[in-house]
Amino acid sequence: MRFSFVNLLRQAFAGNKGWPEQWRSPEPKASYDAVIVGAGGHGLAAAYYMAKEHGLKNIAVVEKGWLGGGNTGRNTTILRSNYLWEESEALYEHALQLWEGLSQDLNYNVMYSPRGVLMLAHNTHDVQTFKRHVHANRLVGIDNEWLAPEQARAFCPILNISQNIRYPIVGAALQRRGGTARHDAVAWGYARAASALGVDILQNCEVKGIRRDAGGAVSGLETTRGFIATKKIGVSAAGHTSVVMGMADVRMPLESYPLQALVSEPVKPIMPCVVMSNTIHAYMSQSDKGDLVIGAGTDAYTSYSQTGGLHIASHTLDAICELFPVVRRLRMMRNWGGIVDVTPDRSPIIGKTAVPGLFVNCGWGTGGFKATPGSGHVFAHTVATGEPHPIAAPFTLDRFRTGRLIDEAAAAAVAH
Amino acid sequence: MLLIRCPYCEMERPELEFRHAGEAHVARPADPETVSDEDWAKFLYFRANTKGLYAERWRHTHGCGRFFNCLRDTVSDKIQATYKAGEPRPEATR
Repeated sequence: MRFSFVNLLRQAFAGNKGWPEQWRSPEPKASYDAVIVGAGGHGLAAAYYMAKEHGLKNIAVVEKGWLGGGNTGRNTTILRSNYLWEESEALYEHALQLWEGLSQDLNYNVMYSPRGVLMLAHNTHDVQTFKRHVHANRLVGIDNEWLAPEQARAFCPILNISQNIRYPIVGAALQRRGGTARHDAVAWGYARAASALGVDILQNCEVKGIRRDAGGAVSGLETTRGFIATKKIGVSAAGHTSVVMGMADVRMPLESYPLQALVSEPVKPIMPCVVMSNTIHAYMSQSDKGDLVIGAGTDAYTSYSQTGGLHIASHTLDAICELFPVVRRLRMMRNWGGIVDVTPDRSPIIGKTAVPGLFVNCGWGTGGFKATPGSGHVFAHTVATGEPHPIAAPFTLDRFRTGRLIDEAAAAAVAH
Repeated sequence: MLLIRCPYCEMERPELEFRHAGEAHVARPADPETVSDEDWAKFLYFRANTKGLYAERWRHTHGCGRFFNCLRDTVSDKIQATYKAGEPRPEATR
């Protein structure tokens, strides 16, 4: 049933008892034309666009837990496209443009809110870096503007622009089209739309092995719900990509780190935008429910523990309290961690591998949520046609051999 | 926060005294000029990223300043052993 004003009204009078399940939970078939590993936002989006734009109906998404239960449900939901290099600008801007029409496309409210993303500069290096980003973005038509501290406070009134603090704000870059979206709704919306197009979403179905034929090409997946035959596998497993790819003897240029986030108790609206400070590791926005959503940094060491060191979170809260003195007496309600897969150049890997039929979409590191629709869209093209989408073409695994890195790590000087 | 035993200082110290330095036992090719691009990329970028017991390097930056190796379970973050650079990886204990 579509979400519409008429149906809403009809259900309101019928006691809301007629809403059907949002997606099917079928038993696995013996074989599929293609299988996506990982039912997070990226994997579900890929399946949706494979069904919608490439006519693949006999496909499945396998998920070891529940859909949207990994990093999709754990991130701080920041959307923006103000990256430095042209390859990244094309990829993230492609995603941002899809965000703009996503609720209509999916017939599901993903609560996309272009409220503006303010990135704070605290020193000369930041100023030079952000101004370089502003100019690079302007040249390709992506909005990004430079603000003086007073202008930044006018945009975000709770910001402390006193010059008498440890890391004073000396300016900020603002992308007005950036903002937030509701993370769960993105997973649910894609799952619902993909399921309606015939995609089987198989939850509690953990991949245990990748079977290959005599020629080395993939022939199927061993899972906790039995063997599934398929000629095409698209791995979209975020922090566990190295583990899944290891089943096909493919080694990846990835390291997995815990990344933490926190939410405060809910309060009335005090914050109209997203504020990020890469330099002192503090990211904050306010959800529609009223809680402040705060992002922290990664731990220093690789881990799959889905938790992180307390000192990492408290370091971020130090910064938050200094930047936003008004929140100092708020209590934190929850703190959690997700495992992010980080590449050496902090850019994702989308494409083919040396194993025929095995495709991978990974390496989104600490900032994959913003790319969800774009990532899924270009990965769907890559898996369906067997060749990279033009936007995804530079993001090959092979770039680590050729040296054509897309170095957003050096561009931003920190993970982001 | 991890508590890490520096095998040189022979003391257990909080993680903040140390700096993580990536996977251990990744040997730099002896003669870089003869190494293919593929092998060079493997040396520079490709890592085991093991879920489970993992050998990694740490540096005691706020102590003796020396590099050493550490055997840690990346699921529980429990450290099984730390050992000096150049020593072989110890056997896993359960």
